[in-house]
Amino acid sequence: MEQPAILAEGLEKRFGDVAAVVGVDLAVPEGTVLGLLGPNGAGKTTIVRMLTTILKPSAGKGTILGFDVATQSDEVRERIGLAGQYAAVDDNLTGRENLIMVGRLTHQPRGGIVARAGELLERFGIADAGDRPAKTYSGGMRRRLDLAAALVHRPRVLFLDEPTTGLDPAGRLELWTVIEELVADGATLLLTTQYLEEADRLADRIVVIDHGGVIAQGTASELKRELGNTIVEVVLADPSDLDAAKSLLGEVGPTDLGDDRRSVQVKVLDSGPAVLDVVRRLDEAGLAPTSLKVREPSLDDVFLSLTGHSATDDEET
Amino acid sequence: MAAVTAPAVAPLIERKSKLGYAVADALTIAWRNLKGMSRTPEIIMFSTIQPIIFVLTFRYVFGGSIDTGIPGLPYVDFLMPGVFLQTVAFGAMNTGIGLADDLHKGLIERFRSLPMSRSAVLAGRALSDLVRNSGVVVLMVAVGYLVGFRIHTNVGAFLAALLLLLAFSVAFSFIFAYIGMAAPSSEAAQAGSFPILALLVFASTAFAPAEGMPGWLQAYNDVQPVSVMAKALRALMIGGETAAPVLHAVLWIVGLAVVVMPITVNKYRRAA
Repeated sequence: MEQPAILAEGLEKRFGDVAAVVGVDLAVPEGTVLGLLGPNGAGKTTIVRMLTTILKPSAGKGTILGFDVATQSDEVRERIGLAGQYAAVDDNLTGRENLIMVGRLTHQPRGGIVARAGELLERFGIADAGDRPAKTYSGGMRRRLDLAAALVHRPRVLFLDEPTTGLDPAGRLELWTVIEELVADGATLLLTTQYLEEADRLADRIVVIDHGGVIAQGTASELKRELGNTIVEVVLADPSDLDAAKSLLGEVGPTDLGDDRRSVQVKVLDSGPAVLDVVRRLDEAGLAPTSLKVREPSLDDVFLSLTGHSATDDEET
Repeated sequence: MAAVTAPAVAPLIERKSKLGYAVADALTIAWRNLKGMSRTPEIIMFSTIQPIIFVLTFRYVFGGSIDTGIPGLPYVDFLMPGVFLQTVAFGAMNTGIGLADDLHKGLIERFRSLPMSRSAVLAGRALSDLVRNSGVVVLMVAVGYLVGFRIHTNVGAFLAALLLLLAFSVAFSFIFAYIGMAAPSSEAAQAGSFPILALLVFASTAFAPAEGMPGWLQAYNDVQPVSVMAKALRALMIGGETAAPVLHAVLWIVGLAVVVMPITVNKYRRAA
């Protein structure tokens, strides 16, 4: 097997008595995207900061393209790009100057820096604002500039720490498109997120982090298969029939009322026969469904069943 | 899988010496600080208008009531060395504010993930603040000249005084760089710096001679760095015994550099 671009073995970080990260193992093959999924305070950022040489691990080992993050930090830094959740751009510099600064600090050949800055501004759709101070940028533009700054020195491995946290839906979609283009170009990417939808959309593999440790991993569909049952969702024309339908379908599998109070959800193991069973029982009881859907559990369902709390429960802590 | 044991990736970038990179990176950071400064009018205002107000206030409001203690010496000639000192001392506060800002906006985090020289953030900050201080001092010399300030020695001694002043400004600013990195925000850095500056600048011989002060304050001003510097600058600009005051000032500058700089550099290494 080829050496992974990002490798963590038993990575740990303690701050005094507090264990922020406990024995995390990760392996990200080159050209793939790993999503690190977990609520706020789960330790995702601490893992990223260790792998990007900003924090020294208390124990364990991390390597980037074979270089040790603790002892070969210069070699690591030449090969990584980091875009953080705080959009670390210099407000007083223009977009272009921000990129030129990073170009100089990463010791790019002098002659190519200005051209590279122009190319990145163009690619991330901020060329028109390129000569305005970054403090005039919208949240989405700042994130794109931050991401562009992380790419100036053509890093082979990219870390994105909650790239869309705090963005409005339009800004999030724009950024997703940009990240998908990077991935299509073959970037190796480690992405942290609290958004299950984001991990599902962008990542090849997902590692679920809670309280500093890995609690599950796999592809999105593996996680769903492993942890959730298939859900049959029945929407009824008359909401007053819901309770009757719920107790009726309780014989097929565990039931829940949908969030919208218009549907009943039945968790089943084998969707084929179960759908027939559901339809037969509804028909016999004279209840008319307006729609009937079979769906995989969402990553939210997965997180809830893994941790007993929802991914966004302790977002404020 | 040889790459694991012997990483043999071709260098991605042209190699300079470590020192070459350290200088180039510090220059880049200084460039970025100066650009930022030029686009933050309030900093330019603070570093120029405020000392001018001090000059005018002390020269024309308080000056008439202050006895310089040296027969025949106009107060303005006594005042200006103190104003130069006050200017660079308050300028040092901006060093801390700038660092606090970079730290809390995540810029230092970005810098730490780049293959740049580790000394560049502090060295670049010191360099850009030296450039700013030099500019403000030149301006204050001009303002002083307009309100009647004249040197009593010679141009060589005056230039030596300015060099001493700028050397002091660099060493002194490292105290405030430390405060800036320890403070939870740039506002806190400013609030935390001010009392220290008040103790060192206002309770000094920068604006008034020690003769009118109570004994304990005179004793404090015999040793505290701003007053020691004031004595040395006055010796070089006005005359009188020069060697001892200048030596005393140089000792302070070297002492600050030797004690405070390593503490501040260490703080930077550990800062979040």
